[in-house]
Amino acid sequence: MKPIFKRGPSLESRLMIVVVLSLALLVSDGLYGIFTPVRSVLTTFVSPIQYIASLPASLLNASSNRIISQEELIAENNLLIQQMMALQADNQRYQSLLAENEQLRKLLDAPVQTALPKTVAELMAVDNNPYSLQVLINKGSLSGVYNSQPVIDDQGIVGQIVDVAQTTSRVLLVSDLSHAIPVRILRNNLRLIASGSGELNALNVRHVAHSADIAEGDILVTSGLGNIFPEGYPVAVIASVVRNEGQPFATVKATPLARLDRLRYLLLLGRENTPLETRNE
Amino acid sequence: MNKRYVIYMTLFIALVLEVLPMPLNLVVYRPEWLLLVLIYWNIALPQRVNIGIAFICGIILDILLGNSLGLNSLALVISVYISSLHYQRLRNYSIWQQMVILGLLCALYNLIIFWLQHWLTDVLFQFTYFWPILTTVFLWPWLFWLLRKIRRQLDLK
Repeated sequence: MKPIFKRGPSLESRLMIVVVLSLALLVSDGLYGIFTPVRSVLTTFVSPIQYIASLPASLLNASSNRIISQEELIAENNLLIQQMMALQADNQRYQSLLAENEQLRKLLDAPVQTALPKTVAELMAVDNNPYSLQVLINKGSLSGVYNSQPVIDDQGIVGQIVDVAQTTSRVLLVSDLSHAIPVRILRNNLRLIASGSGELNALNVRHVAHSADIAEGDILVTSGLGNIFPEGYPVAVIASVVRNEGQPFATVKATPLARLDRLRYLLLLGRENTPLETRNE
Repeated sequence: MNKRYVIYMTLFIALVLEVLPMPLNLVVYRPEWLLLVLIYWNIALPQRVNIGIAFICGIILDILLGNSLGLNSLALVISVYISSLHYQRLRNYSIWQQMVILGLLCALYNLIIFWLQHWLTDVLFQFTYFWPILTTVFLWPWLFWLLRKIRRQLDLK
């Protein structure tokens, strides 16, 4: 029988070396996160593969954009004009409310909330990984994306950035098993923590006392605690509350408001430019 | 002339196919392209494609998928080790026998990944994790035919 390797170590010793190397990588990266700083370099290195993989989809999109009919365009245009009128009507009231709110906050000596800078990003790929819910977007450190930056869509919070490369970055979705987000109930300001369930369209609300005032249909918004997500953005709506006295806490499930299964355009919320001290003036 | 780059090209294409965007309801059926291509080359040319290449491809896949480094590489290395222990026998099997063996290897590959993930973050067992085994097994005859054609045409050794 011809040996597989003409020179070098045997198959078994190669296996040992590689298995030990893999386990060392797993422990150092998976449990202690030692490679997180180099991660962005590594991801930049393999991003050509991502671009090639998303090429067919973007080509199809481009060609379908090209052959769209005029009637469709007119219909879409009319719809958009109607939506814009409605939104502008709301916006008129919003401006006056904003000014009023600012005045009231000044009277209370509370800091005025400033508008956050926003970046629009487009979805590139959804991960082929049943164990963690992540998506890839087409903005990276060159566009000023940073780690743990909050990401929203037009309905609510989508997740946060976990991995930034030069031209792409990875978003961890709110429903991922390793994700949790501090929230409050819009109706009564009860503070809670909503953690991901691993299923795309479900969150678990943890540690809810049996006596807590929480009901189906309550809307959860970000509480601003934890300093990652800005305050007041909608996160989820309570789907079910089960109060089993045999359990220490009530079992509360929520459905994310962001349409995590049909993401297309995402909004990245930037940091506030003004530092905390100067805002009180 | 060195035609070995063709092997690396096929591995590269397999990596692209692993991350190709797919409709959400089809993603759970995505076959393990990289495992298939690695095992084919391992059976056909064990002196060219072996544990080392499997390890490097696994690391690249881990970076692409945002996993902890070493997860896919460990699972791939163990699967490729088993196939390279029996490469002479596997070559002589009929396509049906190869499909059965491949199904077992793919199940092992998926199980190792599930165990490691369970150890790192407490993921729960869902049956959908094992749909790729079926698609992978039914892809094997076509891929085997295609890659053998490539290998014979270019006379890769």
